[in-house]
Amino acid sequence: MTQIYVYVTHKGGVADDIASEFIAAAKKIDTGATVTAVVTGSGADLDKIAQSLTSKYAEVIKISDPALAYPNAEVIRKALCNVLDKSAILLAPHDTLGMDLCPGLSIKMDSAFAADVVDFEGIDGGKLKLVRQELGGAVSTHVTCDISNGAVITIRPGAFAAADASASGKVTDKPAGDLAVKRRFLEVVQAEVGDVDITKSDVLVSVGRGIQEQENIAIAEELAEAMGAVVSCSRPIVDAKWLEKGRQVGTSGKTVKPKVYMAMGISGSFQHMGGVKGNPYIVAVNKNPKAPIFQVADVGIVADILEFMPALTEAIKDLK
Amino acid sequence: MEILVCVKRVPDTAENEFQLNSAGNDLDRDDLVYSVNEWDNYAVEEAIQIVDRVGGNVTVVTVGDSESEEVLRREMAMGANNGVLMSDDAFEGSDGKGIATILAGEIKKGKYDLVLTGAQADAAAGQVGGMLAAMLDLPYASLVNKIEIEGSKLKIGREIEGGNQEMNEIELPCVLSIQTGINEPRYVGIRGIRKVAQVEIPVKDAAALGVDPASVGDAGAKVKRVDYFVPVLGDGAEMLEGSTDEIIAQLIERIKSKGGLA
Ligand SMILES: Cc1cc2nc3c(=O)[nH]c(=O)nc-3n(C[C@H](O)[C@H](O)[C@H](O)COP(=O)(O)OP(=O)(O)OC[C@H]3O[C@@H](n4cnc5c(N)ncnc54)[C@H](O)[C@@H]3O)c2cc1C
Ligand SMILES: Nc1ncnc2c1ncn2[C@@H]1O[C@H](COP(=O)(O)O)[C@@H](O)[C@H]1O
Repeated sequence: MTQIYVYVTHKGGVADDIASEFIAAAKKIDTGATVTAVVTGSGADLDKIAQSLTSKYAEVIKISDPALAYPNAEVIRKALCNVLDKSAILLAPHDTLGMDLCPGLSIKMDSAFAADVVDFEGIDGGKLKLVRQELGGAVSTHVTCDISNGAVITIRPGAFAAADASASGKVTDKPAGDLAVKRRFLEVVQAEVGDVDITKSDVLVSVGRGIQEQENIAIAEELAEAMGAVVSCSRPIVDAKWLEKGRQVGTSGKTVKPKVYMAMGISGSFQHMGGVKGNPYIVAVNKNPKAPIFQVADVGIVADILEFMPALTEAIKDLK
Repeated sequence: MEILVCVKRVPDTAENEFQLNSAGNDLDRDDLVYSVNEWDNYAVEEAIQIVDRVGGNVTVVTVGDSESEEVLRREMAMGANNGVLMSDDAFEGSDGKGIATILAGEIKKGKYDLVLTGAQADAAAGQVGGMLAAMLDLPYASLVNKIEIEGSKLKIGREIEGGNQEMNEIELPCVLSIQTGINEPRYVGIRGIRKVAQVEIPVKDAAALGVDPASVGDAGAKVKRVDYFVPVLGDGAEMLEGSTDEIIAQLIERIKSKGGLA
């Protein structure tokens, strides 16, 4: 029988949403698998998390140590290596902790590694079949993963439906073992708050790399003004310092819940769309008819935003 | 400081419409525009800035075919001092572990204080840096967006969810994966490229790197891509067609009904 561990991340005493998504993911790997939740941390918060997971998982492994109080991937990697059966499959979230932890973990466990998996298609002859995306979501791929020596796999948050499992499981404490590492956590510096709060706006005109030049940001500002909207953006616009960080939508930026989201020259990567919540009406304008954004948008227009936005601005002004 | 930066030649996502080949097992690569992986440019810029401050050398390396040489030259035009191309038929079909094994071969032979990779490349795996560190038993941090040198240690920032920054202290030598936005990569003009056009770039194969051919390439890969397909997510967007005026009229009507226009 397949043994699957799921590494449940948590904050402030609450398990991340991924805790329920793992259940659906594990079922897609093998409906008969034994699925065990694993949590690391320290203190009362950890006890609470571990206990709460027993309503979903039959077995919960709790690894408690003061050195695990802050999720430092270097320390967690050692703890997991010390405790887990290396021939099993371990699932973890594809987020900034999972990215930090898992590739190296697969080497230390001498098992296969697959990142950012969006679907599983079962096990066939010792090989796990899975689906992932490449090139910013423009193409998907079927991948086989030899699990004969175990596997470490990160799954995309939100890609698997949250399942309602009910169990009355038990918590098993495991000693963390040697945790000496050469990286030390210092502090978390909160992101700066900008001059505009994009999370408060019902309508966002969001620009991506398709805007091409800093001067062209003005074109989006004019459209936003005509619509009574605010300008937000994708990450490359902030990297180029054309707009401030507080305007960035996405997993490493802001989470927004507008009524209407205008994606202008944005390809639609999951890290960007991960920040667009609350099921808004998504308008996508992109010159590439194959851009992945058209898969998630409600309405799409194949056009050059540098021509389309001014025309739309004029038309809206004429309404008034 | 001796710094090694791993770079990769990738299809440019902003410039290409991706099509599958007729067999469906690969992209139609004939007309693709390639460039250096976006994240790697930031890594090279960071390495150059560190060397400008404290002295040393920047070496750029890539695992690829002869066409990959162009990305090494581009990064040398930016200011990297040396380039090494790792190329061998046995490397074909490598998974992430295979690439890391090949790169580790070079790192074991050199004396590098710092190894930088990009946070991720075209396959969006973000795996090579962490694997390298684990193979070499070096400390690792991913998604780094700030580096300060403090003697034999670095003070680094990692970009985490919400754009918050997790500050860490990490001992040298170490491996870091670099996140975009850490700096502003310098512009490389045609003149800069011309200057390095004649520089000799050594090519190393499995034997030169001390890598067992059976541990890399298709032979050593546990993870294999079977095919490519274009995903169908939900129903897809309703595509508006017609003249610009017609499209705009339809769009305004829809935005209004969704409360997007007062
Ligand atoms: C850990 C991590 C966190 C990340 N966090 C975020 C995040 O929070 N937010 C975020 O946005 N990204 C984030 N990213 C980056 C993300 O992966 C993508 O690289 C990024 O979202 C791409 O931005 P884009 O769509 O603007 O650019 P591209 O992918 O380059 O797309 C540009 C699009 O514009 C179109 N275009 C070009 N010119 C025109 C024109 N004239 N008219 C119309 N269309 C045009 C092109 O066809 C293309 O589809 C993160 C990445 C990592 C690794
Ligand atoms: N073929 C390669 N040659 C050199 N470096 C690579 C190669 N593939 C990946 N890398 C490095 O690993 C980083 C992450 O890539 P990946 O793990 O493939 O997402 C890249 O940004 C590069 O620094």
